[in-house]
Amino acid sequence: MTMSKIVRSVSNILVLIVFIFGLYIIMHGHVTPGGGFQGGAVVASGAALIIVAFGSQSVQKRLKEHHLSILESSGALIFIGLAFGGLATIFFYNFLVGSPLFGHVPPSGPNPGDVWTGGVIPLMNVGVGIKVLAGLSAIILVMALTSSGAEVEE
Amino acid sequence: MTQGIPFNIPFLAVAALVGIALYIIMSKRNLIKLVMGIAILEAGVNLFLITLGYREGGVAPIYTDVPAGVMVLPVPQALTLTSIVIGVSILALMLSMIVHTYRHTGTLDSEASRKLKG
Amino acid sequence: MGVVIAFLVAAAFLIHPFGQPPSQMDDYMIDNAQAETGTNNVVTAVLFDYRGFDTLGEATILFTAVTGVVMLFRATKKGGNEQ
Repeated sequence: MTMSKIVRSVSNILVLIVFIFGLYIIMHGHVTPGGGFQGGAVVASGAALIIVAFGSQSVQKRLKEHHLSILESSGALIFIGLAFGGLATIFFYNFLVGSPLFGHVPPSGPNPGDVWTGGVIPLMNVGVGIKVLAGLSAIILVMALTSSGAEVEE
Repeated sequence: MTQGIPFNIPFLAVAALVGIALYIIMSKRNLIKLVMGIAILEAGVNLFLITLGYREGGVAPIYTDVPAGVMVLPVPQALTLTSIVIGVSILALMLSMIVHTYRHTGTLDSEASRKLKG
Repeated sequence: MGVVIAFLVAAAFLIHPFGQPPSQMDDYMIDNAQAETGTNNVVTAVLFDYRGFDTLGEATILFTAVTGVVMLFRATKKGGNEQ
């Protein structure tokens, strides 16, 4: 049950814009409002747009759900690995403040934001964003496949 | 909005939402209506968490180009983020269990599964 | 049922007035988040640095829920009833 040609052409263009907007929210989580969970939900809504416009069976030929499962597990492993990185002091220690990678300290008070601040927090945002993106897309894909009659293969 | 609001109106809204949700959960038999009641309860609890941390004349607690004023409390907002994600995953799990039950028994009535069979 | 409604309405009046919360811990976090964690966003610093264990627990819940949903939608060889 794919939709008409106008819907398919427009959603081809729109999904790129939605994807870039979601990645912007994930990457600037430590300067503007947003972060890992919010950006992951925005990208998952872009995936829902593709599934509704093209039909779930033709999406499943390209994007099988065990690829999404590998992506989700790697996002969780990035998050846990960064938590163990500062184990010399305490479990969730921010060990990158002051070092050349993401290490500037912002001046206190109101200031225009700097992306290279934050320590280990932007990397954790990327890990959690990948995990939420893959998880919500897997839920939407599995439910759409079941309601259209086909069986979920192994 | 910078004067004191006299009657704690947001807390009364939370009480109304939680009361309506409890009435729906206790008195409806259809499974989909039960799930809707649980979703309204989740929304009420999230609203309560956010309105616990409001200061009068407050701005968002972010230092990038912030206008002048006191900042609202950041900790209830972080707890609400976690609670929203947990609510979404619980709702997805409940709906998939409803599909599973409908395939097995053929009806959406919660009274049909009260009798234990062998 | 009426007892529950009366308790909820009474609690909505007895809580602190709307706009002056007790805020000893949050004042420390607003004042010291830029020097200690190094970000401009105090909410993200609270979520990932001061209270990182809550985020770890929430990631576990999300992972378990996705595993449960995908597992419940598999079909057997015949389709229909599953064990």
